[in-house]
Amino acid sequence: MMNKTTPYPQSTSYPFGFLDVYAKREIRRAVLKALALPGYQVPYASREMPMGRGFGTGGLQLTLSVIGPDDTLKVIDQGSDDSVNAVNLKQFIRQTCPGIDTTTETPKATLLQSRHRIPEVPLTEKQIIILQVPYPDPLVYVEPSEEIRKTMHGEANYARLWVKLYEDIREYGEITISHRYPTRINGHYILDPSPIMRWDVPKLHMSRAPILFGAGREKKIYAVPPFTKAEPLTFEDVPFRTENFLDDSGNRLACRRCGARDSFLDEFTTDAGEKVYQCSDTAYCTSRMKRAGMKRSPEVDHA
Amino acid sequence: MAYVAIQGGQRAIEEAARLTEYLRTEQGTEGQPISPDDIQHQLRGLNNRVLSEGGLCHPKLTALAVKQTMGDPLEAAFVIRAYRSTRPRRIETDAHDTGGMRLMRRISAAFKDIPGGQMLGSTPDYGLRLLRFDLMDESPEAFQRVCQDWLTDLRDEMLPDSFPKVLDLLRKDGLLAEVSDDASKDAFDITREPMIFPVPRSAALQAMARGETGSLQMIAYSNMRGYGDVHPTVGEIRVGYMPVCLPHPVTGDPVEIGEVLMTECEVVAMYEGGQKEDEQPRFTVGYGACFGHNEVKAIAMAILDRALQKGRRDGADNPSEDEEFVLLHIDGIDSMGFCTHYKMPHYVTFQSDMDRLRATQTKKEQSK
Repeated sequence: MMNKTTPYPQSTSYPFGFLDVYAKREIRRAVLKALALPGYQVPYASREMPMGRGFGTGGLQLTLSVIGPDDTLKVIDQGSDDSVNAVNLKQFIRQTCPGIDTTTETPKATLLQSRHRIPEVPLTEKQIIILQVPYPDPLVYVEPSEEIRKTMHGEANYARLWVKLYEDIREYGEITISHRYPTRINGHYILDPSPIMRWDVPKLHMSRAPILFGAGREKKIYAVPPFTKAEPLTFEDVPFRTENFLDDSGNRLACRRCGARDSFLDEFTTDAGEKVYQCSDTAYCTSRMKRAGMKRSPEVDHA
Repeated sequence: MAYVAIQGGQRAIEEAARLTEYLRTEQGTEGQPISPDDIQHQLRGLNNRVLSEGGLCHPKLTALAVKQTMGDPLEAAFVIRAYRSTRPRRIETDAHDTGGMRLMRRISAAFKDIPGGQMLGSTPDYGLRLLRFDLMDESPEAFQRVCQDWLTDLRDEMLPDSFPKVLDLLRKDGLLAEVSDDASKDAFDITREPMIFPVPRSAALQAMARGETGSLQMIAYSNMRGYGDVHPTVGEIRVGYMPVCLPHPVTGDPVEIGEVLMTECEVVAMYEGGQKEDEQPRFTVGYGACFGHNEVKAIAMAILDRALQKGRRDGADNPSEDEEFVLLHIDGIDSMGFCTHYKMPHYVTFQSDMDRLRATQTKKEQSK
């Protein structure tokens, strides 16, 4: 280790977990508060990270504040371990947290950081999942001012959000919110579950693993504690619907690699103009292929 | 040895970094690496901007940041901010009186002459913006001669000195309110505490002091043009070295530990008050200050400070008076990061968007 006071730092002179100890303390306290007030957005000072705001700096600060040398880390982006951003984050965390293990296999991870997805395999109480958040507040759909939104949350005044959903149905016959679906936690605060698709929203409900949300640019931390109710906003006569993967004749589409009919699928068009589907959760896909003894490269093969 | 899962994305990132590093050195055998020292002195405009937007007064490290980012001011400020995240805040200074600044330049637009005199210092304001073709092939000898000649002619009275502040004249005449005792209160630190609106003025000032120059300039300009009504007069703009003092660990007396180059601007705006019988109306003030020599930024900040004070009191009539609007949209690191992030893959969420559109189209088809 170099002397920590040198004005010309090399990467080795950064502390374990990059952040200074006061920053970690602040973030851990915010996490405790977030777990104690399910769905409440805890403001925090949010440090600048060496990667762009919007690339997962909120999730990263959470990860770096809770990780220890015994942890096994999995990082995914869009469901893929191999996405450049996931790789980049994982590389940085590994550099600044000597001793940790990394994995792509969901069951082996103790700590998961993700953007836009929750893995298909249910998480356990021995795991923590951290989601990267661009917009922490579901009320931003209807109110741009943070100060006013804070009051609305305090008063559980979600009327305008309900009206937005109602107007969607009036105008389009459907609720148009595709991802970031507003979800009520423990019967009180409504949170923005980060840009996970509707497919993943039911995974928040009574999750065994604590789910932590970090918005670095917007400087908020919030959480769904384990075994907590999470209900997407719906009307009695308009049920909540996840993404539909049925073909024209109403059959469930399958992943072209592993054949799964129970996973969220990415849609591609091949050079030949054919539409094909593949598991978005690449680790899930690969594990299914391994189990079936299928011999294909574990690399994602994009069309 | 820790187990590490490596995939193809890793390679792409490494190759991208190598390519960027090649571009930095593409002059090859014809080239010489630019030194941080050259940047600090010859690209001082750029370095000053990074000093201020990076929020860390360390001209050597900012010069290094400029070098490694090949002169991209946003990226360089970003590197500095990220470095700052690893350093604990160990101590706070007391509030300092900028009357003690050793000035390189100070101007008042409010008076023809001021005690200590107007001091133009170094400024492009009255220089002609003509290309200087003679610099295209400047020889080291010519370069060094300019410096030597100037130093030979240097007289003692040209050295930086401190002068009284112009606004104190107005205060003495009762045209301006006394400085409120808020100055003795602890300043809010937005790097250590979250901004929860409404925020104290010190939080707003700090956010603007680190703000991106162009963003501050744009919002302030909207106020100048008519989306607002500050109508400022520059009471004083000063650029110079501010001695920084800390209490002596034993005696507690303030001890000078160094100095920071900074720009400070105070604008005087429309008078207010006097509704009560015993109260006189007085001019109001907007305040701007930042690290480095950045006059446009300091002026824009001073105008916005005044606009925000009005917004805080009467409610915002314009974007420049809206505290949330201004303070949450001027940070270069935040806005640049979010702007850039749209380049990242969003195919999962887009899949979900397509699902909604198709469902809506089906509904429409059925209702025909």
